[in-house]
Amino acid sequence: MNASNKPVNQKAWFLILPVLVCVAFSAILPLMTVVNYSVQDIISPERRVFVGTEWFAAIMRDEELHGALWRQLKFSFAVLALEIPLGILLALSMPAQGWKSSLALVVVSLSLLIPWNVVGTIWQIFGRTDIGLMGAALQGMGIEYSYTGNALHAWLTVLLMDVWHWTPLVALLGYAGLRSIPDAYYQAASIDGASKFDVFRYVQLPKMRGVLMIAVLLRFMDSFMIYTEPFVLTGGGPGNSTTFLSQFLTQKAVGQFDLGPAAAFSLIYFLIILLMCFILYNWMQRVGTQTKEVGHA
Amino acid sequence: MARIELDLAHAYRPNPQTDADYALLPLKMTFEDGGAYALLGPSGCGKTTMLNIMSGLLVPSQGSVRFDGKDVTADTPQQRNIAQVFQFPVIYDTMTVAENLGFPLRNRKVAPDQIKKRVGEIAEMLEMSGQLNQRASGLSADEKQKISLGRGLVRPDVSAVLFDEPLTVIDPHLKWQLRRKLKQIHRELKLTLIYVTHDQVEALTFAQQVVVMTRGRAVQMGPAADLFERPSHTFVGHFIGSPGMNFLPGQVDDSGVHLCGVNVGLPVSGVPLPAGEITLGIRPEYVQIVSPQTPGALPMTVSQIRDVGTHLIVSATISGHAFKVRLQSTAVPFAVGEQVWFRVMGDKTCFYKNEEIVQ
Repeated sequence: MNASNKPVNQKAWFLILPVLVCVAFSAILPLMTVVNYSVQDIISPERRVFVGTEWFAAIMRDEELHGALWRQLKFSFAVLALEIPLGILLALSMPAQGWKSSLALVVVSLSLLIPWNVVGTIWQIFGRTDIGLMGAALQGMGIEYSYTGNALHAWLTVLLMDVWHWTPLVALLGYAGLRSIPDAYYQAASIDGASKFDVFRYVQLPKMRGVLMIAVLLRFMDSFMIYTEPFVLTGGGPGNSTTFLSQFLTQKAVGQFDLGPAAAFSLIYFLIILLMCFILYNWMQRVGTQTKEVGHA
Repeated sequence: MARIELDLAHAYRPNPQTDADYALLPLKMTFEDGGAYALLGPSGCGKTTMLNIMSGLLVPSQGSVRFDGKDVTADTPQQRNIAQVFQFPVIYDTMTVAENLGFPLRNRKVAPDQIKKRVGEIAEMLEMSGQLNQRASGLSADEKQKISLGRGLVRPDVSAVLFDEPLTVIDPHLKWQLRRKLKQIHRELKLTLIYVTHDQVEALTFAQQVVVMTRGRAVQMGPAADLFERPSHTFVGHFIGSPGMNFLPGQVDDSGVHLCGVNVGLPVSGVPLPAGEITLGIRPEYVQIVSPQTPGALPMTVSQIRDVGTHLIVSATISGHAFKVRLQSTAVPFAVGEQVWFRVMGDKTCFYKNEEIVQ
């Protein structure tokens, strides 16, 4: 069989029509309403003015947005920097088989089952200095802890909350990756005289690469869109120290009813996430190969 | 390099009661320093278990492993200084071919220039010199397995190199080439090589001594010729050779051996046979066509004649027992359905009682 033997039938395009229709209704049409808002100033249902890229220009110059975006980037990278290594560590220390492994899996995944707003409420109480275990304990140690009054404390509490909530996801993915490594690899490493660290560096980590990539992308996207937990815990405060992008967007769209700028920013928000995922994905695809080429140049 | 002595048994479950609970039944065995051995047997016969016990990946549930007289039963593979190659290629994805080959040396703190030299030699031997700086993860299964082989051979001072069906994933034409390479390496480096396989051709061509195993038992150890000429267990006769040995049940009394109602007389070799039940074994290669009523012959009905190119394989039956004969000539002196007399009593005929050979 060579390429020229393939029959040409343009009717085959009809086969992808159902998918096109589904995607149109689920993604493209809703997105178009946002695009619609982003290029018009809608004063009332009857009165609308086409403004072109004005909203985009305006929102890009918004100082508050710059603050929120910068805060968001710092937060997402802190989340990745903490949750990925912790998740790997957790996965490595989980028992491999028997009832202990089942128990460990259930215990580790417990926090994943709690709804977002409940997580916020739990930490709100947990951090209170009068009745909360963590807040009272910190107070007892002489630390003037207050997530409602101190911007740094608020930021750290939100971060800690996210780490507590989502590190298990990384651990579960890492655990699945570890279990898929055939015994022969460990046996060969032991025959080759590899140390524990060598086994991690040359066997476990490379074999976990695929699942870790998924973990990084999931955690990045999720943390970049974080809304409910900080909203419940701090409401974005004190000041706007924990106002992340989606909360900023909600304030614009629902609070101030600035639909034009909000729609323009929604599109930019979407493009930022897409771009960051693209960069992360490509970086992780190459991270192993490049170091080798440099090492052997 | 070491002389390996085994005196052990192994069961994967605690408190083994019957023979079936054992992966390896109690055995005593010695592998001489510098020898090339093969462990041959069907899947599940315990050959990989035995190999893993020798390398130290597995601790036997009873008994001991000795290297040069020193008890190493509790030692790790590293302490025993063993190299092992597995059935499926194991490579370190993030390393280059050269780094993969040098990894066992690097872990033992060998000087970098020595590693480079040794890796160069091994790569030369495996014809991989051109690929040394390539990343190992992008190679084909064949090449990956060659790297695994190379990592097994890279240390010149190992006690033994153990191979666990290493050529399963390799293409047939490369198989021959690699097997020849291994023999050459054995001659050059004088390493003790132990090779596990279920392929008799592989075992018989590779090893000086072949250990045939079945159901957790090592039934015979010897050179290829012994296994062929005088299988000490009916399993060996059946497993080695293509087709395997013919077996016919019979009775012994003072007048001779009675097979299927015919008295074929006493053995040519003069071995005294115990009275009672006996099994006669003869290789299809050693059966002769003779004229009717010849002493030591049996009348059989020919059921099939197969021409396999270089010789004929004749299937026949007598009293419900299948019998195979290998004829060198391509001219068939009889047809299917005819009765032919085959001589079964000759100097190559063996006798078995309870599956063991009667000496």
